[in-house]
Amino acid sequence: MVNQLSWKVGGQQGEGIESTGEIFSIALNRLGYYLYGYRHFSSRIKGGHTNNKIRVSTTPVRTIADDLDILVAFDQETIDLNCGELHENGIIIADAKFKPVKPDHVQADFYVVPFTEIASELGTSLMKNMVAVGASCAVINVEVAAFTGVVEEIFGRKGEAVVQKNMEAIQQGYDYMLSQLGDKVSPLQLDEADGRQRMFMIGNDAIALGALTGGVRLMAAYPITPASEIMEYLIEKLPKVGGTVIQTEDEIAAATMAIGANYGGIRSFTASAGPGLSLMMEAIGLSGMTETPLVVVDTQRGGPSTGLPTKQEQSDLMAMIYGTHGEIPKIVLAPSTVEEAFYDTIEAFNLAEEYQCPVILLSDLQLSLGKQTVEPLDFSQVEIRRGKLVQEELPEREDKSYFKRYEVTEDGISPRVIPGMKNGVHHVTGVEHDETGKPSESPANRQAQMDKRMRKLDRLQLNMPVYTNAKHEEADLLLVGFGSTRGAIEEAVERLEKDGVKVNHAHVRLVHPFPAEELLPLVESAKNIAIVENNATGQLANIVKMNVGHAHKIKSLLKYDGNPFQPHHIHEGSKELFELYYSLPSGKESL
Amino acid sequence: MVTFKDFRNDVKPNWCPGCGDFSVQAAIQRAVANLDLTPEQLAVISGIGCSGRISGYIRSYGLHSIHGRSLPIAQGVKMANKDLTVIASGGDGDGFAIGMGHTVHAMRRNMDITYIIMDNQIYGLTKGQTSPRSAQGFVTKSTPKGAIEGSVSPMELAITSGASFVAQSFSTDLKDLTAIIEAGIQHKGFSVINVFSPCVTYNKVNTYDWFKENLTKLSTIEDYDPTNREQAMNTLMQHNGLVTGIVYQDKDRPSYQDLIHGYAEEPLASQDLQFNEDTFNELVKEFM
Ligand SMILES: Cc1ncc(C[n+]2csc(CCOP(=O)(O)OP(=O)(O)O)c2C)c(N)n1
Ligand code: SF4
Ligand SMILES: [Mg+2]
Repeated sequence: MVNQLSWKVGGQQGEGIESTGEIFSIALNRLGYYLYGYRHFSSRIKGGHTNNKIRVSTTPVRTIADDLDILVAFDQETIDLNCGELHENGIIIADAKFKPVKPDHVQADFYVVPFTEIASELGTSLMKNMVAVGASCAVINVEVAAFTGVVEEIFGRKGEAVVQKNMEAIQQGYDYMLSQLGDKVSPLQLDEADGRQRMFMIGNDAIALGALTGGVRLMAAYPITPASEIMEYLIEKLPKVGGTVIQTEDEIAAATMAIGANYGGIRSFTASAGPGLSLMMEAIGLSGMTETPLVVVDTQRGGPSTGLPTKQEQSDLMAMIYGTHGEIPKIVLAPSTVEEAFYDTIEAFNLAEEYQCPVILLSDLQLSLGKQTVEPLDFSQVEIRRGKLVQEELPEREDKSYFKRYEVTEDGISPRVIPGMKNGVHHVTGVEHDETGKPSESPANRQAQMDKRMRKLDRLQLNMPVYTNAKHEEADLLLVGFGSTRGAIEEAVERLEKDGVKVNHAHVRLVHPFPAEELLPLVESAKNIAIVENNATGQLANIVKMNVGHAHKIKSLLKYDGNPFQPHHIHEGSKELFELYYSLPSGKESL
Repeated sequence: MVTFKDFRNDVKPNWCPGCGDFSVQAAIQRAVANLDLTPEQLAVISGIGCSGRISGYIRSYGLHSIHGRSLPIAQGVKMANKDLTVIASGGDGDGFAIGMGHTVHAMRRNMDITYIIMDNQIYGLTKGQTSPRSAQGFVTKSTPKGAIEGSVSPMELAITSGASFVAQSFSTDLKDLTAIIEAGIQHKGFSVINVFSPCVTYNKVNTYDWFKENLTKLSTIEDYDPTNREQAMNTLMQHNGLVTGIVYQDKDRPSYQDLIHGYAEEPLASQDLQFNEDTFNELVKEFM
């Protein structure tokens, strides 16, 4: 019996690999298991290897497993490409149809099941996926009945007979596999789960749900991987609150339309990935200069240019913090779990209105697309804060003077009125302007307005700007990350602790303005610091060095091959860094 | 009573004396006053260029944005508050060069806003380079040997791209221009109004006199019917686009907002943003 295992299904893209994983995981989620699913896919629609790796556990899991217990293969390529990950006592279940061959060096048990043949006999080879699901269940000891609900939901529309056939396919896969196992008791039988009902969703679902709950009425967006799910969810749901999604002609239109809508008095946003964000930079500056709220979601993927569109990377950090010419106040939030993605999206809209500036919600492909079991989202935490938006009537103006939309105030934030309001007429421009929004080149005014804008963020308070797990007053190692590396770092911390290394973990949630005060004590009290990030140049490391200092102690653990960190990369990688460090003459005393 | 004076502010335009844009400003102020709008009911969204400054010279809500992007911003404003009268405006470079993509898509989207182009066939603000509206052979600082490229035809472009109100005017015809802007604002859908607005400083070819000589008023063409798309296209071709008046209007085409599934009756901007807890719980269940 095991309390967790890792299952992977692979084949050609467009062959239903995704739905196999989907059905398998929804059923297990409903049994109360915690799941984490990550798809390997390419930019092609049909053809090309694809796989879906799903981790199943009786306790929460936040990242991909290091190795693999069960590999379900619909073609030889799946075996060849993925067998390296398999445990020695893992198993391969392959479709008889392609006459699978087990590579010599592989120790895993090898079972050949006629997925396609069983399915064809039942009526259509399309059901081979169901047969594979059934075979998997026999190995992990999950009842076929667990699938009744999901199968009905998916195939119910097509009639009772189709539902029956699919259930039968699962049953036959199950029976066939059991007979293959014979007397052998599968070592991969799963412990029973707690049966509690939890959400199973990708980060993009949480962002979209957060936007909806957070009061959005218009999303303007242009499709791009890995952001499109956000617009696809909202086009379904925004009509519930009278709003909609507009698929614009490009990302410049998306960002500027969102600015127009915010100026017009509603909450509006856009979501994209690197290429789109590059196009939006001028608009982000307009939002900063005109103090018009704007939320932009950046789901980072492999860059530069078109880069690796379907792969994980965290290389937009610097561009998001510094991007747009000139200097503006800007907030960059980087949630690291699906739950945080939900709450931070709502917070992004509040901050954008309170501080009247652009807010970037920085996600990454692994967080946006990794599908996982999520702890209950707490509706009582949802609050709408609109800052200095004037909602009461304004006093009559005798003369024709303009409302002071850019009034110089102590906190730098000025009252905001929206078009349509009586006695609030004023001008808004991206040109430097005076308190009423009229263009002005006066040096004194320039300085006053620039100072006003830049001091807005001085008092920014975010609940938990850095997530910390810091058990040690003095740590041998401090691991720092942002975004979806959270789960892999957490597991690496556990392993390092077992090895006797004292490790603290800090995950930066507010990446700009940088929470130096919160991080400094942890940096000061650590002997060594490894900054973990999916990019080639150590962007977060540079930001930490710049804001917190202690550059001599800081080293980078980088991964930019397109794949996420797995716990072992960080576990072993940081040990290697240690040794590297240990061999330096200056480092010796401090270890 | 609201008069055009209510739409005046104390800002002195920095346009050159004689610039065509003055009359466009005056015509907008008159048109909105004639329609009994108040300054707070109007939002003028402009791009960058000499022409883009116009939002700062009209006393109403206004947003002077970035080069080429007045249209998506204006559409966002309209989405937020459908009770507002929204005018987008800017130069020929703003709308037909850097913003061309938005122009075509705004035409086919057909939101109920009015787009006024101040077409001087040159880049004024950057001191005299060629524009997509400059004629072939036109000599400018950036085309010292004459422009090689052909020019954009705004009216044909607007009709074929799906704009439901397509008109052209000349900035000295204050009465005509005012009437056309009024009609454009009243039209339920995307209204394109291209205004020949001479740049007296950098365009020495397309001058006031040149236009007077070359423009034909559609009102002088017998039986001209602006609802007839084919006639509109033929007339434009016969006159090389140099006509003024309402060229084409499709009153039956519903505007974008009429077609949005589930779009709120009341302006979105006046809604309470608090989300319903029961709805939230239903949405949560969908992920289980
Ligand atoms: C992105 C960007 N590129 C270039 C410019 C410089 N620029 C300002 S206005 C303009 C062209 C102005 O021509 P037009 O739109 O015809 O307006 P006009 O001045 O003639 O009224 C240019 C190129 C800019 N402001 N922004
Ligand atoms: S340069 Fe031309 S377009 Fe600009 S203000 Fe002067 S006359 Fe008008
Ligand atoms: Mg021009």
